[in-house]
Amino acid sequence: MSLELLTDILIATVPLMLIFATLFAFTTWLERKALARIQNRIGPNKVGIPCTRISLFGLGQPAADGIKMLFKEDIVPRGADRLFHLLAPILALIPAMLVLCFLPLEFPWTKSLLPVQAFLLDGAVIFFFAITGLNTLAVFMAGWASRNKYSLLGGMRAVAQMVSYEIPLVLSAVIVVMMVGNLNAAEIAKAQTGWWFVFTPWGLAAFIIFFIAALAETNRSPFDLPEAESEIIAGYFTEYSGFKFALFFLGEYIAMFAISGLAVTLFLGGGDGPGVTMNLVDQGLPTEAFPGLTVIWFLMKIFALIAVMIWLRGTLPRLRVDQLMGFAWKFMLPLSILNILVAGFAWHAEQLDNTFITVITWVISLAVLYGAASGLNQLNRPNVRPREYKYAE
Amino acid sequence: MSILGAGIFKGMKVTLWNFVLSYFRRDRLTTNDYSWRPDGDLPQGIGDYPKEEGEQLSDTTTVTNYSRNFPMLLHDGGEPMDTVRCVACQICERECPPQCIYIEKDYDENGKYIKRPAVFDIDVSVCMSCQICVEVCPFDAIVMNSQFELSTPDRFGGLLVRRDDLLKSNDYYHQIHPEEAAARDQKMAAEKAAKEAKKKAAEEKARAAAEKKAAEAAMGDAE
Repeated sequence: MSLELLTDILIATVPLMLIFATLFAFTTWLERKALARIQNRIGPNKVGIPCTRISLFGLGQPAADGIKMLFKEDIVPRGADRLFHLLAPILALIPAMLVLCFLPLEFPWTKSLLPVQAFLLDGAVIFFFAITGLNTLAVFMAGWASRNKYSLLGGMRAVAQMVSYEIPLVLSAVIVVMMVGNLNAAEIAKAQTGWWFVFTPWGLAAFIIFFIAALAETNRSPFDLPEAESEIIAGYFTEYSGFKFALFFLGEYIAMFAISGLAVTLFLGGGDGPGVTMNLVDQGLPTEAFPGLTVIWFLMKIFALIAVMIWLRGTLPRLRVDQLMGFAWKFMLPLSILNILVAGFAWHAEQLDNTFITVITWVISLAVLYGAASGLNQLNRPNVRPREYKYAE
Repeated sequence: MSILGAGIFKGMKVTLWNFVLSYFRRDRLTTNDYSWRPDGDLPQGIGDYPKEEGEQLSDTTTVTNYSRNFPMLLHDGGEPMDTVRCVACQICERECPPQCIYIEKDYDENGKYIKRPAVFDIDVSVCMSCQICVEVCPFDAIVMNSQFELSTPDRFGGLLVRRDDLLKSNDYYHQIHPEEAAARDQKMAAEKAAKEAKKKAAEEKARAAAEKKAAEAAMGDAE
């Protein structure tokens, strides 16, 4: 390996890891603050710059938490599989970190290099799903290696959930791939310059399905029952303490960033936004008003999605296990398959390049998708009658 | 038929409203802020917290009337063990769900039971603040305290509260929970009055019976 290539790789990857690790710290603070405010509390507001009384709205809290985690005792249960117990948190973090490289983030300092993102891969979308699938393995490994019934149960639940929700997740991403005809993340983002996929009926439906499945995939509320803090101890990482626990936490948040980044790439136009225009000269990358503007837009969109995730966490109650599974298999799966059909017809209609036909297609597909969704909703309605009281009035 | 997902948006509206308003309306903040803000116009429960060890809580840091955490034993003033209301009946010990109360009865040198506890321990690391002991106590001897400064370097001995630390005067109770203490005093006074009335009635009845008997005896003598 030449030195030049090594430098290129480092320039492309190291900032990525640093940026997202910093964003992780900021997000934990943001989440605690936002949840507190939603519950009419104040949230962390004490920790600021050490040795002074400057508290900076508690922004020092993530650093303090990190130091605390580092110095905590690392407990491995007797009878646990020490190797896998150690490997599980690492395996939870690595895939999440790895898929960040496939996001079409065009950093100004990588412009001079050939790749626009860390790895230029033609099958980026497929690779993304393949790598995030590894997370399931880490979760089950953690549950099994702990040698604890509750960990194992939590792991089983998590695996069942993640496997179920991966299907609607992938099927809704298929729509974008159909429309663009390319699996390359940068090409997909480029194809949406000026008109994002979320602004079409099938794109909107796919985005909603994708977002819900992403919530379940990253174990976020309302689908956070594998690690429901108030119910089953801590799920699969019951037996983890100290920095291993922190690694799980980090992995979870990085996975949130990664999957939000994929949602932004697929549906929300990647780095597109005001100030970014289509490159009409050589059909290459979109031109930006100043270097780094696309990265700023991309990160802002990721943060918007994360804010919605936090907001939903503060709003929705947790689902039951049967509701969770029923929702994946009886509602999301049929709807996403139907959406693929709708998108297929819509693609052919668009090829005709007739405004009237396009409008008709939009109206029909909106009606079909909404009708199917409410029909599925009616079909899945649980057969619950109002409670009858026999003896009481 | 309502629009799909309308309920979620309705809920999100509520939480958004909470989020925004909590920045503008202080009275929405229900928790006790351990803040060092010098603002004077904060509602009760929010205010200055001592920065250094040993510094007194300022007046604005009073906990609210309805805050409570662990039980305490009441006495009616003076030497605590003379006026303690607890008679060591052990009802609370038996009712306590996590079994954090331990009581031993007190005996004098002749082995006669004195109505007071020799040992009364509450393990506050086990106590779940359910207040069942307060509800079952027939003597209004155990009530909830609102003391919240409980951190200790010793997690076993430091969290086991002994009898002498549990004993608090009724005046203190009036200070921390005025409404509840007044209601309890009223209830106790009413009970006492009822008891005395009953006793009086019984005495009068006995006296009447004795008089009747005496009269009968006198009549018998006369015959």
